[in-house]
Amino acid sequence: MSKPNEPVEPQPRGARVRGDRPIDQEEAAERFLAAPRHQKQHDERLWSLRQKRDSEMWKIPEWEELRSLASLIKEHTLSRLDAYLETFEANAKANGVVVHWAKDAAEHNRIVQDILESRGAKTLIKSKSMLTEECGLREHLTAVGVDVVETDLGERIQQLDEEDPSHVVVPAVHKLRTDVANVFAAKIGSDPDDDDPQHLAAVQRMATRPLILKAAAGMTGANFLVAETGAVVVCTNEGNADLSALVPSLHIVSAGIEKLVPGNSDLAVFIRLLTRSALGSPITQYTSHFRGPRNGGEMHVVLVDNGRSERLGMEEFWTSLKCIRCGACMNTCPVYRRSGGLSYGTTYSGPIGLIIDPTFSARKYSHLPFASTLNGSCTNVCPVKINIHEQIYAWRKVLVRNHATPFVKSAVMKAAGLLLARPALYRAAVQGANTALAHLPRFVIYNGLNAWGKHREAPKPPGETFHQWFKKTRGGEK
Amino acid sequence: MRVGLFIPCFIDAFFPEVGIATLELLERFDLDVVYPPDQTCCGQPMANSGYETDAAGAEALFVKNFKGFDYIVGPSGSCVHHVRDHFTAVEQSPAVKEIRSRTFELVEFIHDILKADAFPWARFPHKVGLHNSCAALRSLGHATPSEVRAPFFSKPATLLSKVEGLELVEPSRPDECCGFGGTFSVFNESVSAKMGSDKVNGFVQAKAEYIVSADSSCMMHQRGCAERDNAPIKFMHIAEILNGATG
Repeated sequence: MSKPNEPVEPQPRGARVRGDRPIDQEEAAERFLAAPRHQKQHDERLWSLRQKRDSEMWKIPEWEELRSLASLIKEHTLSRLDAYLETFEANAKANGVVVHWAKDAAEHNRIVQDILESRGAKTLIKSKSMLTEECGLREHLTAVGVDVVETDLGERIQQLDEEDPSHVVVPAVHKLRTDVANVFAAKIGSDPDDDDPQHLAAVQRMATRPLILKAAAGMTGANFLVAETGAVVVCTNEGNADLSALVPSLHIVSAGIEKLVPGNSDLAVFIRLLTRSALGSPITQYTSHFRGPRNGGEMHVVLVDNGRSERLGMEEFWTSLKCIRCGACMNTCPVYRRSGGLSYGTTYSGPIGLIIDPTFSARKYSHLPFASTLNGSCTNVCPVKINIHEQIYAWRKVLVRNHATPFVKSAVMKAAGLLLARPALYRAAVQGANTALAHLPRFVIYNGLNAWGKHREAPKPPGETFHQWFKKTRGGEK
Repeated sequence: MRVGLFIPCFIDAFFPEVGIATLELLERFDLDVVYPPDQTCCGQPMANSGYETDAAGAEALFVKNFKGFDYIVGPSGSCVHHVRDHFTAVEQSPAVKEIRSRTFELVEFIHDILKADAFPWARFPHKVGLHNSCAALRSLGHATPSEVRAPFFSKPATLLSKVEGLELVEPSRPDECCGFGGTFSVFNESVSAKMGSDKVNGFVQAKAEYIVSADSSCMMHQRGCAERDNAPIKFMHIAEILNGATG
């Protein structure tokens, strides 16, 4: 409904991306926090997903066993990935699917472009796929004259707003419905004052359905690739993957090589975990198994590496490839809920992003592993038991070793390390109340008190330290 | 039983009353409690920020100070988590491994080792909101985290339930991180402070008079937020309550 009297809070935008320069997540988060209506709704919406996830968990007595099983299946598959990929390829080919291999994003985009161009396809509808975001496919195809339409409601909102998805499952979760009304008004001519969600969904549907019906090609991602059957499994609530796959006669699947599971019995474990973890509902409305082209049509699967093989070889980080992109780590992450997904300036935001992104660029994403309190809630909700917070900790060590952290931070840490290794110097530094405040923050919160004191009071120095009290009352040192 | 008293740097400098309460509480159990005077820090501030090699000096000093004790006990979950789980800047000699395995956080030491089931000297007739630090909750296993499907237990709540008059109240997001996070509190100050204010507000909404925790670092941060927000709430370390503080 129209609320003309309410003050308008402009939608906060994401991180400033400038080439390969390090993303300043904190700067973007600060702007998100400066939009309290957006921040509050974002926090509450995602927290409610976490609560629903918890209540689903309590309905499944074997929940923790399922997580362990899912983790083992993924570790097993990843450790024999070459063999499973070849099995998948053989079975998919036998089903009449054309299988392509792409070593990186550029090759992936070129393969898709070639398929479309060789068939004269100028219009493409697609369902949500984080991999195509990762590869920058939409920008690539748009530049060569292909008209791309996202069919997932949230993703379509983001496309129309020329913004990246802010979350892997709910791409427009950072927007208020008034923001959506504004985007639709500007891009598809709807009433800017009508922000009723049902109305907005209907407006989008009316605008998009004709584009779906006349599209020359359709694309989907893949939630899972089943090696033993050669099937591509896609889970959606809107049924838009089915429209994208089945309305046009040409279906192209874009899938990361880590999406493999050995067989259907393994798949069942993940289907039980995926939506419960993601949205707190037992299952998605549609779980579609695409095994081959529709009658008279074509089906292609593009298997994409784009850094995954290299990640698989990283001793401390390879298990991040177990991720099934449920977004549970984002929903539970207190930093993510208060920062907005766009503050990370990358396709994969939130806790899982912190450990994946540096594998794409250790410079551009060098600050992200520090945007965490290491609280560990992400690890506990992860349905495939990725030790996310421990990998965040490990990435910090790698980045420091590679000198990817600011010089001043390194200098202060070195000084703190030296001081704390020398009891006499340390004692002199904290001796007495006044000097404690003057010196201690330099290593406890070594930035001086400015950053601490912006939104918080500083701790008051006591009359004496514990050390002094002990010396005084216990007659010297034992 | 010879116990080495581990007083983390910020407790020494800012919260001596927590160190005093810890010492006195342990002494009530007829332990031989020794305070090694040359201790500084466990190395956590550097290591948590990725600067592991800069933590080596502090870790070596910790080993030197705490060699030969039956137990090493400190009133800080995050520092004990560092010693137990991340103390790898120094060579892992048998002596180092021994010290790491003998280091305990105060609550778990009282609960698991001393198995104390009464605090007859303690009386605290107030509504208390318990803040489990993330290190204590999810790394040391003080309690069942809400994300995990497992039978509920809470070591600090069990201990506090034995204090006369004390009433525990629970905020709506009991396990939510308060946003301290060591250097996160400075380098990501806006998110950190918002998390702290939200955390404090949750306790205020639950009508807690006190926020009580086994981690002074979380409370230093939350207290800073509460004072800035003029939130009507007080703070106390669990050691002080178990030692008989009256508020």
